[in-house]
Amino acid sequence: MEAFTTHTGRAVPLRRSNVDTDQIIPAHWLKKVTRDGFEDGLFEAWRKDPSFILNQPEREGATVLVAGPDFGTGSSREHAVWALQNYGFKAVVSSRFADIFRGNSLKNGLLTVVLEQKIVDALQELAERDPQAEITVDLEAREVRAEGITAAFELDENARWRLLNGLDDISITLQNEADITAYEAKRPSHKPRTVQV
Amino acid sequence: MGRTLAEKVWDDHVVRRAEGEPDLLFIDLHLLHEVTSPQAFDGLRQAGRPVRRLDLTIATEDHNTPTLDIDKPIADPVSRAQLETLRKNCADFGVRLHSLGDVEQGVVHVVGPQLGLTQPGTTVVCGDSHTSTHGAFGALAFGIGTSQVEHVLATQTLPLARPKTMAITVDGELPDGVTAKDLILAIIARIGTGGGQGYILEYRGPAIEKLSMEARMTICNMSIEAGARAGMIAPDETTFAYLKGRAHAPEGEDWDAAVAYWKTLRTDQDAEFDAEVVIDGAALSPFVTWGTNPGQGLPLSASVPDPASYEDASERLAAEKALEYMGLDAGQPLRDIKVDTVFVGSCTNGRIEDLRAAASIVEGRKVADGVRMLVVPGSARVGLQAVSEGLDVVFKEAGAEWRHAGCSMCLGMNPDQLAPGERSASTSNRNFEGRQGKGGRTHLVSPQVAAATAVLGHLASPADLSDAPAARTPAGV
Repeated sequence: MEAFTTHTGRAVPLRRSNVDTDQIIPAHWLKKVTRDGFEDGLFEAWRKDPSFILNQPEREGATVLVAGPDFGTGSSREHAVWALQNYGFKAVVSSRFADIFRGNSLKNGLLTVVLEQKIVDALQELAERDPQAEITVDLEAREVRAEGITAAFELDENARWRLLNGLDDISITLQNEADITAYEAKRPSHKPRTVQV
Repeated sequence: MGRTLAEKVWDDHVVRRAEGEPDLLFIDLHLLHEVTSPQAFDGLRQAGRPVRRLDLTIATEDHNTPTLDIDKPIADPVSRAQLETLRKNCADFGVRLHSLGDVEQGVVHVVGPQLGLTQPGTTVVCGDSHTSTHGAFGALAFGIGTSQVEHVLATQTLPLARPKTMAITVDGELPDGVTAKDLILAIIARIGTGGGQGYILEYRGPAIEKLSMEARMTICNMSIEAGARAGMIAPDETTFAYLKGRAHAPEGEDWDAAVAYWKTLRTDQDAEFDAEVVIDGAALSPFVTWGTNPGQGLPLSASVPDPASYEDASERLAAEKALEYMGLDAGQPLRDIKVDTVFVGSCTNGRIEDLRAAASIVEGRKVADGVRMLVVPGSARVGLQAVSEGLDVVFKEAGAEWRHAGCSMCLGMNPDQLAPGERSASTSNRNFEGRQGKGGRTHLVSPQVAAATAVLGHLASPADLSDAPAARTPAGV
């Protein structure tokens, strides 16, 4: 995973609540067997509407998505995170994220930042008023900064450490190989098995 | 202090607990399907890692599989390639796979329980958010992303922060004609699509204890639609009776030891939940959705709500957008909404009990003119069981299409899709924009409401059939 320390970029205000992962990347895109090439599928249905925010020329190259509450609900498809990253987003700001989407984002280095709704509103207003306005998402300082706005955000220390260092979860877990083996040795015999090995 | 059911199962799976770290949890059962696994297997290959526990891993094909002509090559080359990728990955790594045409093939969340692999007190994961289904057995079961699929394949564990717990107590008795689907839709409407975020739900109370395993699976299945990764129901005699004799259920002394353990899996009297919700089961009636998220639902007897009636600005905006997408007007009675398609199936309502319920309503009746009714069993075995009971004949005589097993129109990754503007009554779990096909409009319903709707051509419950079917001329849509 790519490390995330701090990022500054222009923003896209997405004034919708409950943006589900079917909207972020529709199911027919899920037939791909790679982690890349999903950028054209991002918000595919909404992008057919010329007035949709991502279609506005001044939003080209924006890297911070400022979304409505309950972003990423529904399906567990990690493709939603890949689609946002493939398109160029580095961070998503919302007052609430769905649990699975949030977990997936942090495993891929897409920083999902939870801020109070009134701060999200202020960031959306800023981005709407001035498409050139930049937002800084600073993971080291755990702070979001923009013109006239400074807001601290929470992220658990372990997740932050892994993001800052771009660490691979599997390698970390395998350092505890002895614990896993010890646990396996004491599992009861009535637990189900799919095959005899 | 006592512990909740979720806490007991969690604690029994902690491989490692250390200050400042998430718990490392052991995973008892890992279910795989073709959509969320290819990139995970690629990751294993790149790192030169094997699958750690082949005996705790099983795969099936469901999302892409066609429900017609399953003996012919799959027409869509991209779907075919994804299924072939799963077959190659399972062959290369040695994973047990049930492919299209195999008697154990089907929707992954129907297959696990029917094989007896889903058991009380186990941890179950799958790269699919509806893994919450398995919580019906008192398992801690949740959906994971592809990175976590790779993590479980490589380590049989997951690092996870312990969620909070929420009790959803359903008092009273569900009235006749009210099903598990109506109950869970009512729960989601009550707590909202984000109400369960950060929680494991435990459904409890007299109305829950009376439910069959199939009905409990319907409830737990849609926990994710309330924002909760997992939902659980304490195992009891109903659970044990369902499991006894299944292919992978314990036998002999193991059965006795398992049941003794399973009986300990109840929330202690003095345990405390982080949140509690109480629902009056006796006050419920058939429930349907009108909008584009599963929380936008109302009793069938109600009318489409007026967005202006919402105090919360973001809910108001969501309702406005939903009505626009759904092509509905505020104030329109839900019963007047005409449908083009009825879908009976999915991991929510594709089990034998669901098919029996739908068949009992269409039996001797006809699907309304201009309505297409698709019946898709949740697994090949459910299909065979239905055929042995003659349900396929009942459906076909009524004018419905009887199909082979798979996810089908629940998410339209295969050819079973709505056309733009088409409207369905669907027993599935998501009414998101475009979920069942680009521009398609979905109303979530129970199998009973689906069947009555198919007969009358507009949203209806079986009770509507008794008085003058076909005489009613719906206005509006």
